[in-house]
Amino acid sequence: MATEFELNGQPVTVDIENDTPLLWALRDDLDLTGTKYGCGIGMCGACTVLVNGRATRSCITPVAAVSGATITTIEGLHPDGQHPLQKAWIETQTPQCGYCQSGQIMQAAAMLKDFPNPTDEQINNAMGGNLCRCMAYVRIRKAIKMAAKEMNTSGNTAQETGAAANE
Amino acid sequence: MFKKILGGLLAFGALALGIFLLIAWESSIDPINTANPGAFSDEQIRRGEVLAGLGNCETCHTTDANKPFAGGRAMPTPFGTLYSTNITPDPKTGIGQWSESAFSRAMREGVSRSGSHLFPAFPYTHFTKLPDDDISDLYAYLMSRQAIQAEPPENTLEFPFNIRLLLAGWKLLFFDEGRYETVSSKSDEWNRGAYIAEGPGHCSACHTPRNALGAEDTGKAWEGAIINNWYAPALNASNPTPAGWTETEAYQYLRNGGSPFHGVAVGSMADVVHDGLKRAPDSDLKALAVWLSDLAQAPGEQQASERSASAIRTVQNTQNPSTVMDEGERLFTYACAACHYNEPETPNTLRPDMALNSAISAPTPVNLIRVTLNGVSLKEGIAEAMMPGFGEALSDRQIASLLAYLRATHTDQPAWANLEQQVRDQRP
Repeated sequence: MATEFELNGQPVTVDIENDTPLLWALRDDLDLTGTKYGCGIGMCGACTVLVNGRATRSCITPVAAVSGATITTIEGLHPDGQHPLQKAWIETQTPQCGYCQSGQIMQAAAMLKDFPNPTDEQINNAMGGNLCRCMAYVRIRKAIKMAAKEMNTSGNTAQETGAAANE
Repeated sequence: MFKKILGGLLAFGALALGIFLLIAWESSIDPINTANPGAFSDEQIRRGEVLAGLGNCETCHTTDANKPFAGGRAMPTPFGTLYSTNITPDPKTGIGQWSESAFSRAMREGVSRSGSHLFPAFPYTHFTKLPDDDISDLYAYLMSRQAIQAEPPENTLEFPFNIRLLLAGWKLLFFDEGRYETVSSKSDEWNRGAYIAEGPGHCSACHTPRNALGAEDTGKAWEGAIINNWYAPALNASNPTPAGWTETEAYQYLRNGGSPFHGVAVGSMADVVHDGLKRAPDSDLKALAVWLSDLAQAPGEQQASERSASAIRTVQNTQNPSTVMDEGERLFTYACAACHYNEPETPNTLRPDMALNSAISAPTPVNLIRVTLNGVSLKEGIAEAMMPGFGEALSDRQIASLLAYLRATHTDQPAWANLEQQVRDQRP
């Protein structure tokens, strides 16, 4: 069955089985390989994308479930890869092996809409489902706070950035 | 002597049967040429649309979204399966030949145009409360829909429940015909809400348990019931959610499909909100909220906020990061908390908090199991958010551990029994 949705600002159609995970539609059918396969059961966060602006595990989301929805992947978070989170990630040299980072960044982007000035506790809870085998958690937390600060001071709020990528 | 007694009994039996038939017998109402939609004013049709939305006629009377009101939806009951009828103005398979008086009799007395009794799966026990004007408006709306030729499948009720004449007896026992009566001690807004809930909205058809003969058990009114394999929660004061159904909560839930202190509408209630109530004006939903918060004996808005914050804080304070987590807590931390975590003072409808959620404190885990297995689609809940199902990802035992953990730590309710088996039973 054909499923239509909006991907990083562009309308797309995929003609695959309804129960194919969104992750495989993105990677195999739409050639966006920034979103990673980790555990395949929604337990590690590597496959996180935004569905209508909310962080969603694409490995357990059937493609038909996002029919008509707006999807943002790491490739669409910012047109030039200059989202405050991406800049902070580079400045703090957060990634080590880097496999989990697109999921971490997408989860963080969604979190900052709900918690624009996140405390350690909020970060621990909202990011707890995004695992990092390299144990870069301390730098992840630091980068999130750095990005939050930039977004709050520049007036370039999380809501606006997320919405710009979505709409 | 024996012959006399027998003769007397037979005579009595014949008399009783005669009286029953006299009561049970309903005449046919003459067919009309299909009503001319032009005979109805736009204003009347618009009012009828609101009423059809409040009653959510469309969900039960539709199987194919391209053929609204053409009927055919299967309704499994303990007595067999009923199929909803075609209520488009098609003269052969719908109600095109029904005069307004035939329509009114069906709505308020449960008798079809031909004179046969209607099964109470069609909630005429509620629609009997509609005044003449509302009946006329609804008739105008339905008669101005597109006529669709579609014959619903035959009902498959078991003997003797398939004998429509016997419904006359059911009606004698369980049906009170009559319009809504205003409660003079209550406000106009409350009365409007009560009328919508008891009349067109037929809320208790799902939220009140039914007796062995399928009638609402009035002794257990609003105590919550299982319907279509979903649990329709209690709407009275026995509802165990921490914050209670204040007017603000109830209005948000009915308007948007979710509220911060209770969670989101799924299953049949999602249809009610997104197919039905979306046609109703704010004033009607506010009236419903006024009535519901009175029925639920809800606390004040401020007190509800405090109770909610306290419930969330209690859960967060009992989490001890230094202890080894059990399986359920571990699953919740990795699979659920990212979306369901809140600050105690500001629970977000988009992040349904498990310390407050209706499904967690319900007497049965069926809603929580079904949502965990199948998720919440974009058509359910609130428009902005969806939840993927974990049915493929987690085993029965893992889901049972997760739910047992939530029940034990997020509520003060007794544990659910046989959780793993109940999860298995809900798998497709």
